[in-house]
This record gives sequence, C-alpha cells and structure tokens, in this order.
Amino acid sequence: MARSLFDKLWDAHVVVPESEDSPAILFIDLHLIHEVTSPQAFAVLEERGLPVRRPDLTQATLDHSTPTLPPGPDGRLPYATEDAEKQVHQLEANCAKHGIDLLGLDDPRRGIVHVVGPELALTQPGKTIVCGDSHTSTHGAFGALAFGIGTTEVGHVLATQCILQRKPKSMRITFEGELSPGVGAKDMALAMIAQIGADGGQGYAVEFAGPAVEALSMEARMTLCNMAIEAGARVGMVAPDDTTFAYLEGRERAPQGEAWDAAVARWRELPSDRDAQFDSEVRVDAAAIRPMITFGVSPDAAAPVTGNAPRPANDSEREAAEYMRFAADRPFAEAKVDRVFIGSCTNSRMADLREAAEVMRGRKVADGVIALIVPGSEAIRQQAEAEGLHTVFAEAGAEWRMPGCSMCIAMNGDQGAPGELVVSTSNRNFVGRQGKGVRTVLAGPATAAASAIAGHIADPSQYLGTEARDAA
Amino acid sequence: MQPEPFNRLEARTLVVRQSNIDTDQIIPARFLTTTTREGLGKSAFYDWRYTEDDQPKNASPFPVAGAGDRQVLVAGANFGCGSSREHAPWALLDYGFRAVISSDIADIFKSNALKNGLLPVEVDQRTHAALLERPGIRIVIDLESCTLETEDDIRAQFTVEPFARRCLLDGVDPLGHIVAHEEAIAAYEAAAA
Ligand code: SF4
Repeated sequence: MARSLFDKLWDAHVVVPESEDSPAILFIDLHLIHEVTSPQAFAVLEERGLPVRRPDLTQATLDHSTPTLPPGPDGRLPYATEDAEKQVHQLEANCAKHGIDLLGLDDPRRGIVHVVGPELALTQPGKTIVCGDSHTSTHGAFGALAFGIGTTEVGHVLATQCILQRKPKSMRITFEGELSPGVGAKDMALAMIAQIGADGGQGYAVEFAGPAVEALSMEARMTLCNMAIEAGARVGMVAPDDTTFAYLEGRERAPQGEAWDAAVARWRELPSDRDAQFDSEVRVDAAAIRPMITFGVSPDAAAPVTGNAPRPANDSEREAAEYMRFAADRPFAEAKVDRVFIGSCTNSRMADLREAAEVMRGRKVADGVIALIVPGSEAIRQQAEAEGLHTVFAEAGAEWRMPGCSMCIAMNGDQGAPGELVVSTSNRNFVGRQGKGVRTVLAGPATAAASAIAGHIADPSQYLGTEARDAA
Repeated sequence: MQPEPFNRLEARTLVVRQSNIDTDQIIPARFLTTTTREGLGKSAFYDWRYTEDDQPKNASPFPVAGAGDRQVLVAGANFGCGSSREHAPWALLDYGFRAVISSDIADIFKSNALKNGLLPVEVDQRTHAALLERPGIRIVIDLESCTLETEDDIRAQFTVEPFARRCLLDGVDPLGHIVAHEEAIAAYEAAAA
C-alpha cells in the first residue's frame, strides 16, 4: 500500500501497536530537554527510583531562562530571578547525575533547543524526536517525526525512551506556484495559518509539499515547520531531499563515511509514495503570498503588511482589536513601533540575520525604538560576528545579544513594557506573551528590521535591493 | 505522581466566552521558573485576575480566592492552544477546576490535562453555545457513561480517549503501562542497534 512520509516514520517506530484500549507505544530516537519543562519529570524518576534509560539518546541545552546579556563586573550572569538561576542549576545537576550531555553555559555549541539539534545533526531524517516544547515541530523540516510533549511525558521518555501515542490524522498542505521575490518562509507560514485557522491543523500531522517548499533552504523549511503548531498541528514535516542531505553532511553528529552513504540511501526511501493518501488536502497559492504581519492576538489574524486593519467581525475580534489598538480600515503602516525583536527558534538563523542586516546596513533604527537581535545559538553568534553582521546591527543602533529564547517567551528578563507595540520574528502574538500588556506583531526578519528603521510597521521591499533574493 | 481518580463530578460552571484562550493566558511564562508543580493556582489566569501592579481586578471572571464550587470551566473554542507547558493544567487544578468544557481543546493541552486528572470535555456546537449562555449553572459530568447533564436539562455525550479514561477511572498508571512492555522495548532496541 502507498504510504506517506508520516506513515513510514510512524510504522518504523511502533514498539507495541495501538489497539482500541491503548495507544501505541512509540520508540523515541532523540529526546531534547531544557531547563523549564524537565525538573518535575526528573523529580518523578527520583520518586520512583528509576534511572534514565537512554542518556545516549537524550540531549540537554539551556535556553529559556538564560540571560542574553553577558556577565556583570562580578562575573555573574544577570538572571531575571533567583528561581531562573535555580532552574538552570537544577538542569546542570540532573544532567550530571544521569550522565546526560548538556550544552552548558560556556559550551560553544549551546543555543535554542530547536536550533542546536539541527546544527549538530542530532536531528536527522527518519528519526522520532520529542521535547517538552511545542515548537519541536521545527525538526520535521528534516523529514523527522517531531512533536512537543508535556512534562509527564518527558518523564515517560526519560524512564522508558518511549511514549504513548494515538496515530493522528494526516494532512498535506501543498504550496502551489513560486514565491515572489522578498517573500520568505515566515510569510508562507502566516499566510497558511490565516487560511486554515489557528486550529485548522488540530489532530493532524502535516506534511508541507509543493514546488515552493522544495525550493526552500533548510533554514526556511525549519521556519515553516516551526509554525505548524500555530495552526494547531503538533507535527509539520518536509520530505528529505538533496537540500536536506547537503545541510547535514559533515556536521558533528552526522554519520560519516560509509555510514553516511548508507544513511542517505535509507533517507531517500522516506518521501511519501506517489499515491499516498491523506485524510485532508489543503492548497495554498504561493505566488499570491506577500510579506505578512499579524494584527490580532492569535497567529491566524495575519494579513499583508501593506494592507489595512480589517473590521472586527465578532466579540473576540473586537477585543483583540481593542488590545492591539489597530484602527479599522487604516493602514498598518500608521502603527508606531516601540520595540523590535529578531530572534527565536522561528527566525534566528544565519539566513534570518543576513536578511535583517541587509535592511539595516547603513541605516539607523528610528528614534525611540529599541531593537534586540538575539542569535539562535553560539555557533550562529560566532558566524554572524565573523561576517561582521554584529557591526552592521550596532552601527544601526540595534542591540546584539547572547543566544537564547529571550523575548519569544520573555521569561529571562527580556521583555516589552505594558502597552508597547513589538514587531517580533517569534511565533506567538498572545496577550502578554512578550510581557504584561505588550502588543505583539509577528513578522519575518526583513519586515521586523524595516519596522525598526521606519519606526512604524513597514513593508521591507522599500529597503531591499531589486535583485531577486534566493529562495532562502 | 498519580492524579486523583475521576468518576463523577457535580459542580457549577464558570464561563469565559473568548476563543483561543492560550496557555500564556492560563499561566504566564514568568511563572514557569519553578522546579516543582505545587502551588501554581495563584498564578492561574494571573493577568486576568490582577492588574499590572498586582491588585485584584474587580471585573475578573475568576474569583481571587479560587474556583470554589465552580469547578467546571466553560470556555470558547480552541481552548489551551499554544505551548506544551504542563504548568497550565497544574495551575488550573490547583486553582480548583476539575474539568474544562469547550467545542475543541488543543491537542497537547488535552493530553497534559488528562494526565493530571483535569477532565477535558469536548462538546458539540449546540451544547457549547448553550453552556456559554448559562454561567454558574449546576452540572453533572459522568466519566463512566461519558455524559454531562445540567440542572435545566442540557444533555450531551462526549468522548475521551479510552486509555486515558481508564487511567482516570481505575487509577491505571501510564508509566507503569509502558514499563510493563519492557521486553518489547528491549527487543526494539536490539533490532535497531
Ligand atoms: S524560542 Fe520560543 S518557541 Fe522556541 S524554544 Fe524558545 S521559547 Fe520555545
């Protein structure tokens, strides 16, 4: 029978098949952990006297609560709270005790969990990957079955390397046609979510397909899969191909030599068979997508940046419009910006930083606007500095920080002030996500950078060269 | 930690009509720097309950003291979307809720809630609309028969994933269930190596 990428991944990891009474027991090839969602899981192991079954398949990093400012004169990192520091030390202790490799504070490979997995090639096609973070869907860009789990499940995986799961339904979202120049993966994601809704993918494992997806770089595919959860889908995937293999080859944890050739041969079998059936098929017109922003408090409230704020159609939309203070029928470009955040596992990779730098080069961040640029990992920070991007940002008046989640989740002290309008390359525009009372507008890196320069929400095309940029 | 068994709940409802109530509303991220799961009730819906300078808001639908006898939260569509933080159901339980009713509840939240004895109940649009109209109504939720019934005769069936239902009714331990398949896991590992 013809099988989809998802079917193949699922079938290959069933330890005990699903029955009416019980979910399947699935084997997990890679378990990523971080400081926020793991302490209570380790506590359960403690209570039950269980060891970590496969420390060799577990990778820890520090990202959510860690400061993005360097140590102060006393050599101490400026933690937001004592609890935040305690959480970091707790993970260090848990990893030491259980023999888990931790990308610690001074590790040159440290970074946001969904950025470092691919960078180290821990993320590979064909793997099952879980993490106590909903944006684990990011790793699906490599043709992996990757999804976010809760802390109880983190405990299950630590103890058994397995998880209880019912097989979700499958959905294929096909982007037809080619993207226009200046339109990126974040715009594709926001346009897709606007089309199907914040719960449109609920209960589905989604495969992104079509020529516009095949043309994307790995970094852009990660941005797209990252946002699958914002459409309600726990899983977002792209079939592995030469672009995938080229990205992985030679990286730290990629198979080497003959093992590499054998792995690639296996991975080539993974893409969906031609006649594979999906429970749901969605088509998105890629050519019609423009640079997008969000105007509400749910990621599906998205529209082209050059447009006007729509009229609210119901109570929820009216409340959202009141909170966001966008006047109906007025251009988004009239909205004054207070802060810009370029970072997060959605858009903090080299391609994103280069895109932002292209807009900021030789220009100045508008008076009164604070712009924060936070690379996704140490490796990215080093590379960006080698390319001189940090100087471009500094000369423009933006702040160049240490890697971490930062203002994506705003729990490390980086946050907006009440009432501020923040244009952010992260993934959630929920009320208060970036600080109490903060109004978040989601956008791609070029749009965010353009808004920092203009001081109001701005279309990036006015700042970009006319030459068509590569599809990255 | 095993949740308390859940069988039948008789309580009143607390209604919030908004759709897309996300996990950042249920518990803002700044309260996630904890290493335990206890005592999160004070942070539940914090920014709905308190002003920016931490004063109780008069107009909040959520009583400062806790849910009291309104143990059933009825909310708009797509409840619990957003992050995978299990702190969300921990906070709701500690605040005093035992069940959440909506027309659809986000996958990860649902799974987290079930593991902690907070019953997620998805009902049809008509029932949902009717419950949204009647804040504070008495309701009986029976997990054995998967039915709910209100004092003014709204009745509905719902479904709960059968394994999770058994865990809640009979106190089956999911981790124990996986551990019981040790042989199959070891065989899988051996074959994969
Ligand atoms: S950057 Fe944001 S979404 Fe990504 S892992 Fe960190 S908190 Fe989660």
